Amino acid sequence: MPAPALLPYNNAWGARFWAAFTACGIVLLIAVPLLNLWTPSNAAAAALPDYLIPLLGKYLCYALLALSLDLIWGYAGILSLGHGAFFALGGYCMGMYLMRQIGARGVYGNPLLPDFMVFLNWKQLPWFWWGFDHFAWAGAMVVLVPGLLALVFGWLAFRSRVTGVYLSIMTQAMTYALMLAFFRNDMGFGGNNGMTDYKDLLGWDLHQPATRLGLYLASGLALGLGYLLCRFIITSKLGRVLLALRDAESRVRFLGYSVTSAKLFVFTVSAVLAGIAGALYVPQVGIINPSEFSPGNSIEIAVWVSVGGRGTLSGAIVGAVLVNAAKTWLTGAAPETWLFVLGALFILTTLAFPRGVIGLLRHARWTRLHRPAVIPAGEQA
Amino acid sequence: MSPTAPEPLLQLNGVSVSFDGFRALNELSLIVEEGELRTIIGPNGAGKTTMMDVVTGKTRPDAGDVFFRGATDLSRLDEAEIAHLGIGRKFQRPTVFENLTVFENLHLALADSRATWTTLFNRLTRDHLDRIGATLARVGLQAQSASPAGALSHGQKQWLEIGMLLIHDRTLLLLDEPVAGMTDRETEETAELILDLARDRTIVVVDHDMAFVRSLGAKVTVLHEGAVLTEGSIDEVQNDPRVIEVYLGR
Repeated sequence: MPAPALLPYNNAWGARFWAAFTACGIVLLIAVPLLNLWTPSNAAAAALPDYLIPLLGKYLCYALLALSLDLIWGYAGILSLGHGAFFALGGYCMGMYLMRQIGARGVYGNPLLPDFMVFLNWKQLPWFWWGFDHFAWAGAMVVLVPGLLALVFGWLAFRSRVTGVYLSIMTQAMTYALMLAFFRNDMGFGGNNGMTDYKDLLGWDLHQPATRLGLYLASGLALGLGYLLCRFIITSKLGRVLLALRDAESRVRFLGYSVTSAKLFVFTVSAVLAGIAGALYVPQVGIINPSEFSPGNSIEIAVWVSVGGRGTLSGAIVGAVLVNAAKTWLTGAAPETWLFVLGALFILTTLAFPRGVIGLLRHARWTRLHRPAVIPAGEQA
Repeated sequence: MSPTAPEPLLQLNGVSVSFDGFRALNELSLIVEEGELRTIIGPNGAGKTTMMDVVTGKTRPDAGDVFFRGATDLSRLDEAEIAHLGIGRKFQRPTVFENLTVFENLHLALADSRATWTTLFNRLTRDHLDRIGATLARVGLQAQSASPAGALSHGQKQWLEIGMLLIHDRTLLLLDEPVAGMTDRETEETAELILDLARDRTIVVVDHDMAFVRSLGAKVTVLHEGAVLTEGSIDEVQNDPRVIEVYLGR
């Protein structure tokens, strides 16, 4: 009979976890829509105005993106500074579907070709646009394109044992190369203007508040499922293998684990999550263009994660929402200061609180729980 | 086919490795029989660690072959594949996973499927718990089960690492300076543990602590400049004038 001390794993799927998870779900998926739909009798507008819904939806997409980076950076020690590329590729797949949905309602009225192709005097749809008039095809591509790119890129990098800062630089180069490619008009993705002017998604008018609420809910659902998937991975034995290889990669090899395939697995899962986040993001902001591939965007994701708390899943979500809310507010109030604030945030988190916001909260709770009990003098049991 | 003479467990044939012109191994040939306890000594730079690197797949030889059980050429396999064959290694410096608990370190070392997909769905069974519990007891780390390995003392880390080799039923263990940095008492206990383990597996120990090598009482191979200088019992080796010259002459 093993002693209780033998069981060091906290019960990751216990009642406390599910209670907290459900509470977050209720706030995000029930309270927010209700507030949006409810108009107080003494007010002219809803308690939560319509224009905030796509903004919140956008934050949720960023949160999923941050989660995907935290999975590989916080747990497997792979700092990808090109994760924006997977996000943008997922976004482009969704954008292509939305362009095909416009049909003859475009400026040029061409039933088959999107406006930018007519403008470039193209006569037929390039082969890689086939199938994008079907949502199911586009949905499959949202998963497959980022997934396959990650699989090939990761296989080449991890097989050659490229790690640390070298890998980060390579991922920057990858997203930069993709940005340059997508800027070109003859790539067939709309060049530097990208794709915009979407009309509807699965027959739902994208300008209607109800559609936007639906997209917000879909983003919340995707975030919840993505969180559960990441939690499943990190609490599995594979999660321990990842933590172990983050600290001593060669030792993991000598134990007989394939470091390459473990890294490749999480890297691909992470890229797919980023792609899904991008696909949900595009219809909510109404545009996708090559600037999503810019190296700076990918670095920003790393800032969100480090502010929230690298190596804690909730930290990635909290960081993405906090930093983006600050960005929304500050780029309105004092736009020229934003980049300085972002840089300062990164330096501050790295130097002053490396475990991020969640790390600070956990530390505060830990010290409160472990404070030595003070027994008042003279008082005896 | 008639049964032939048993193949040696490990056989190195004319293995050479050089780094930037420095010949770390110079046509090294070495045979380790199944069930043997072998100690390998040699001055710094004799190629002891490089020899282990070659056997475990960390370094590819420039020339020569490394055979396991007479048939498998280890120089064509990578570290994970070699580990699957049942060859385990303890490093010179203790390398445990500092951010994982002692328990988790042992859990990762359990002889079990290493495929990424199965580790994703792997769950602790009663059998796993019993084996981890037994190993914790054997290396005396029961009280530290739930603490991070990084919080252990140097000696305890070495013991944990030996525990990690123990729990994974290896046929061949390579121990690189297992008593480095240990107190005398810990060294004695380690020698006892190794003799105990050697009863049902093959062990190669690399060290230059003569007292420790003597306490193991096994066949000694002396390496010098990447090749075998001599082999024999500890007394034969210590009285060999070439060995004395190599150790003291310069």
